[in-house]
Amino acid sequence: MPIRVQTGDFDLSSEVAQLRATNAGIGAVVSFVGTVRDINEGAGVSTMELEHYPGMTEKALEEIVSQAKSRWNIFDALVIHRVGPLKPLDPIVLVAVTSAHRGEAFDACEFIIDYLKTQAPFWKKEQTPHGARWVDARVTDDEALAKWQAGEGQPR
Amino acid sequence: MSDMNIQLRFFASVREALGTSQETLAVPARVRTIADLREFLRERGDAWAEALAEGRALRVAYNQQMADANTPLSEGCEVAFFPPVTGG
Repeated sequence: MPIRVQTGDFDLSSEVAQLRATNAGIGAVVSFVGTVRDINEGAGVSTMELEHYPGMTEKALEEIVSQAKSRWNIFDALVIHRVGPLKPLDPIVLVAVTSAHRGEAFDACEFIIDYLKTQAPFWKKEQTPHGARWVDARVTDDEALAKWQAGEGQPR
Repeated sequence: MSDMNIQLRFFASVREALGTSQETLAVPARVRTIADLREFLRERGDAWAEALAEGRALRVAYNQQMADANTPLSEGCEVAFFPPVTGG
């Protein structure tokens, strides 16, 4: 389960190509890319700084992927999360999952990003015309997590 | 029971409010859980009392795992305080 925390950009197609390169049993690859928006909570965002907790971040991501693997019949999962300064349009995060059939890959990919958003120690700080501000956690992210904890989205 | 040495880490808005990202601290015997530690640190002054106020929705990690207020401390452990996470 490759996990990477990096300042640099990533290339979706080469990452996916590498993830599925040697396994002809794979019939589905689902990927999610999160990107920086230029507006949040009604204010323009010029740049964003992503802070994390080195050490804990990697452990948390590994734990999330290992939960997904025990819950769904998937081959592998890749998580890349960027840190440091980012601008609108920049990719922030990539989650990619491989499986034999699409159902498991879709569910596991959504599960991983939902868990990441509430459990992995990353924090965003935005620069806006009104100054810098730390992004608030969203209630909708907690709700997305609660859905998985309630047992919805079980293997199909 | 004697003093216990712990590593403290602070992140994001908590780090900024306290003006520090980490320190090593010897805590007295009465400080034995994360809740005790949070209360102990609040006694350090206004910035600490506010950043770690009881009503504030902080998250805490014990040895780099999400933990709760009742988690016991141990010699040499690492405890981090931070706001709810906003990655992804």
